[in-house]
Amino acid sequence: MKQKLEEIRAAVQGALAEAKDMDALEQIRIKYLGKKGELTAVLKGMGKLSKEERPVIGALANEIRSKLENAIDTKKAQLESALEELRLAAEVVDVTMPGKKKELGGLHPLTQVMNTIKDTFIGMGFEIAEGPEVELDYYNFEALNIPKNHPARDTQDTFYIDDDVVLRTQTSPMQIRVMEQTKPPIRVIAPGRVYRSDSVDATHSPVFHQIEGLVVDKGVTMADLKGTLETFIHELYGNDTKVRFRPHHFPFTEPSAEVDVSCFVCGGEGCSVCKGEGWIESLGCGMVHPKVLENCGIDPEVYSGFAFGLGLERIAMRKYDINDLRLFTENDLRFLKQF
Amino acid sequence: MKLPMSWLSDYMDAEGITPKEYADRLTMTGSKVEGVENLGSEIDKVVAGRVLTCEDHPDSDHLHVCTVDAGTGEELQIVCGAPNVKAGITVPVALHGSTLPGGVKIKKGKLRGVVSNGMICSHDELGISEGLLGYEPEYGILILPDDIKPGTDIKDVFGLNENIVEFEITSNRPDCFSIIGLARESALTFGREFSVPKPEFTEAQDNIADHLSVEVLDKDKCLRYCARMVKNVKIGPSPAWMRERLHACGVRSINNIVDITNYVLLEYGQPMHAFDLRDLEDNKIIVRRAADGEVIKTLDEQDRKLTNDDLVIADGKRAVAIAGVMGGFNSEVKDDTTTVIFESATFDAASVRLTAQRVGLRTEASSRYEKGLDYNNTVPAVERACQLVEQLCCGEVCSGMLDVVGNVKERITIPFRPDKINKFLGTDIDESEMLRYFKALGIEVDNMTLIPPTFRPDLEGEADIAEEVARFHGYDKIPTTLLSGEATCGGKTPEQKLADKIGELLCAQGMNEIYTMTFISPSNFDKIGLSADSPLRNTVKIKNPLGEDTSVMRTSTIPSMLDILSRNYNYRNASARLFEQGKIFLPKEGEKLPDEPVVVTLGMYGADEDFFTLKGVVEELLEQLHINNASFTAVKDNPTYHPGRAAKVTANGTELGIIGQIHPSVSKKYGIDVPCYAAELSFDALKAAIDYDIKYSPLPKFPAVTRDIAMLVDRETPVAEIEAVIRKSAGKLLEDIKLFDVYEGEQIPEGKKSVAYSAVFRAADRSLTGDEVQEVFDKVLKNLASELDAQLR
Repeated sequence: MKQKLEEIRAAVQGALAEAKDMDALEQIRIKYLGKKGELTAVLKGMGKLSKEERPVIGALANEIRSKLENAIDTKKAQLESALEELRLAAEVVDVTMPGKKKELGGLHPLTQVMNTIKDTFIGMGFEIAEGPEVELDYYNFEALNIPKNHPARDTQDTFYIDDDVVLRTQTSPMQIRVMEQTKPPIRVIAPGRVYRSDSVDATHSPVFHQIEGLVVDKGVTMADLKGTLETFIHELYGNDTKVRFRPHHFPFTEPSAEVDVSCFVCGGEGCSVCKGEGWIESLGCGMVHPKVLENCGIDPEVYSGFAFGLGLERIAMRKYDINDLRLFTENDLRFLKQF
Repeated sequence: MKLPMSWLSDYMDAEGITPKEYADRLTMTGSKVEGVENLGSEIDKVVAGRVLTCEDHPDSDHLHVCTVDAGTGEELQIVCGAPNVKAGITVPVALHGSTLPGGVKIKKGKLRGVVSNGMICSHDELGISEGLLGYEPEYGILILPDDIKPGTDIKDVFGLNENIVEFEITSNRPDCFSIIGLARESALTFGREFSVPKPEFTEAQDNIADHLSVEVLDKDKCLRYCARMVKNVKIGPSPAWMRERLHACGVRSINNIVDITNYVLLEYGQPMHAFDLRDLEDNKIIVRRAADGEVIKTLDEQDRKLTNDDLVIADGKRAVAIAGVMGGFNSEVKDDTTTVIFESATFDAASVRLTAQRVGLRTEASSRYEKGLDYNNTVPAVERACQLVEQLCCGEVCSGMLDVVGNVKERITIPFRPDKINKFLGTDIDESEMLRYFKALGIEVDNMTLIPPTFRPDLEGEADIAEEVARFHGYDKIPTTLLSGEATCGGKTPEQKLADKIGELLCAQGMNEIYTMTFISPSNFDKIGLSADSPLRNTVKIKNPLGEDTSVMRTSTIPSMLDILSRNYNYRNASARLFEQGKIFLPKEGEKLPDEPVVVTLGMYGADEDFFTLKGVVEELLEQLHINNASFTAVKDNPTYHPGRAAKVTANGTELGIIGQIHPSVSKKYGIDVPCYAAELSFDALKAAIDYDIKYSPLPKFPAVTRDIAMLVDRETPVAEIEAVIRKSAGKLLEDIKLFDVYEGEQIPEGKKSVAYSAVFRAADRSLTGDEVQEVFDKVLKNLASELDAQLR
């Protein structure tokens, strides 16, 4: 009987090695381990054995049964995995074919650059103010120390609505509006549209955007102005950018400065872009003129402040290498999709 | 303002300063240099040469073969075609390998078989103007004075080695519109000596007072009037050095007397005028206001009509000059003028500016006067003119000066608080350093009080003084510090955050943001079909627009959107989805300033777009913004939109805006031949409709039961009504309904449509039984049948 068991074991192992698919495997199981299978038949004949032999043969039979079952399971797993491989091989795709996209839109490049600038100043504790584009002459000029007949009015070709109302030529009137409405400490930027009667060409537009900045507090110094704007410029253009403050004149700041940054093309060596100077004019700034503070009811003996203004289009043109201002308002999708 | 560097040396020690260094440092002390130009930079290897022999060319009827001594040590054979070439004259010679203006290169060559070692030049070929020459050259080559040595560089002959620095002078610094003003800035910048010698000259016995009287009638507009007389004047060309300097500054040489007035204008920044005494009737100068309508013919021979607000210089009978603007044609210096009156005066800045504007004349003089000139500069300037007359030997200066001072402003004083200056700048500058700057700038110091000079009207307060200190200490030496003081938290307002969010949500739906012009042509109102009495035609109008096309502030964003859609359509972009968050401008009764509300405008066209793709974008936007209960009701009477494909959007009773297909006749006017769609949503209404109070609803624990409902209804029945009936009838157990089919046509009776919904039922606290659902479902069907005459299919 023991021999018979060993023969079954050998037969099963031989058959398993030959088995090519799940059907063959099932046949083997039924033939040997099924209810009417050979091993089952052997076990059924156990009753004929002696009392001593029975437990020995019984243990052997169980052991063989369990081993054969394991062997069948293992074979089954092997066959299954081979099948899976075949199936996956049939499912191959060309990964270089295009993806199925849901087409998204995008923000205008000016909004994107504006957002960068806003984020930088918000990080420095600035709020964002907005104001009217149709503005009183008083806010646009007079409160900013530019009375009627002031020569500085010549340089800003103004669109008039009537004698007292203009399309704002600058975002600077927001300085006055903010100071009238808020008590120091003030840290604010005011982005917005401004208007000048310039005909449209590659570098001029009657409508463009500025960002005004204003800080008013006790003890604000020109050194603070330099530090704040240097930080901003480094955020915007990178830490390698050199910054130069140069005396200038604006009626509503004193001292006033223009800020130049090292040329992006030549890095300061001098090239056609910077007209050989190595520097590119980038923004105007200064300490808020005491008369302007007084116009807003702020005592210049107690408070001081600084203000600055920059042109959004110019920054965006530089950032993206755009050479024609008109592209911004043409809104050709082939242009808009690039940002 | 142009400054020839050699002129600077008359007033300061400029030894060893290179043009580059000069430009860089002056820029950093506030006199911005635009560029440095060298007049002769284009001319190279052109020298004076003497023509030794001149023979006819053997093979030409007009060429000459010359030998020339050009100081090179050998006789040069040069072929010349000019009719005026002859032996013995001195001429400019472009040598072999030389360069002329315009990049012309001259090389040795043969002309009709005869070797030519260079070229004899005309004044044109050298780029030398008649003004610089001082006489009209004859036709042909330029003949130079005989005393010029052969071999002399032609640039030295005409002063073309000059470096000319061009400054951008800001409007607050009229004093820097002069050589002396710039020399003062330059000397302090370089720490060099600066001085202006007092002009000296001898005076003839004859006194001006015996020949002329000056009367100033308006002492507010005329702040000072000085007159000097020169007799025995000999009008002629001015000397080369003067012509060269004028030329370098871009001023045309006229004659010695006019050149002197221009020279002093450049040097002292003081406009001057020269009258011919013969032309001053009654030997009088009266500074008075013009009569309304008074006409004067100015030097440019134009008649100018004046008003009573304009100041004129008049003689006993008529106006002879518009004060501060231009002289009169009737009294100008002529070739036979023998007695000249020099005027050196200052006028009220605003008055000159307004007059110049009114008569449409902006002159060298008026552009300086309108910035405010120094009444203490008139005397030195007129004396300098007299000195030049003597130097040029073109007349005899008479004794005496007529000088009338008007109502000049009192000198201002500014407290000197060095600590305050340092605190303001964030610096630690020594008081003695500040005092050094003040001295060099002409600011008088009296104890701790500063008195700015009269030529610096811009110095009005301590901030101005701080700027002077900062400029010369160096802006680059001011430290950089970060803001201290009370912290502010910063950030965006709720409106700004909402605008950002709307932008993001629209981008996520394939919409691209655009920026459009906010002023438009009023003709757009007709194009978008507005009725004649539409309130949108009431606009903010620009008084001085660039053109009709940009003459009113927009009251609707639709024209801008259609323009951009049209442009993209014409650029053959197959489809477009665009949006703008832009302002419109609505005039407000009784207010100076209009309302400037923001409109969220959507626009689209393309093969895949229809009313429902647009509506989908809007619905998604509203849902994401948590604007609940939005409803759409058909709008048939908006002339801009398709009468059958437009809807008003409302939420909780508030109107948010309108969406729809643009009326085909409107889109056609904008050149769009395909259907295009637009939405106009009010930013403020959107903001007001948002439900900010978002609360979590527990997730369902019990299963849902789904039933489909298909029915026939009248074709005109809006599905919104069907949905309303279903929702009302089903009550709380209805979780959701979805429209999944609408069908008309075959197998559907005429005038009907088939509508199919899938309804989801669920209870929060139990599994629904079939009976429960059936009961609700039956009620729904019954109500649909009774209220909408729906037939179940």
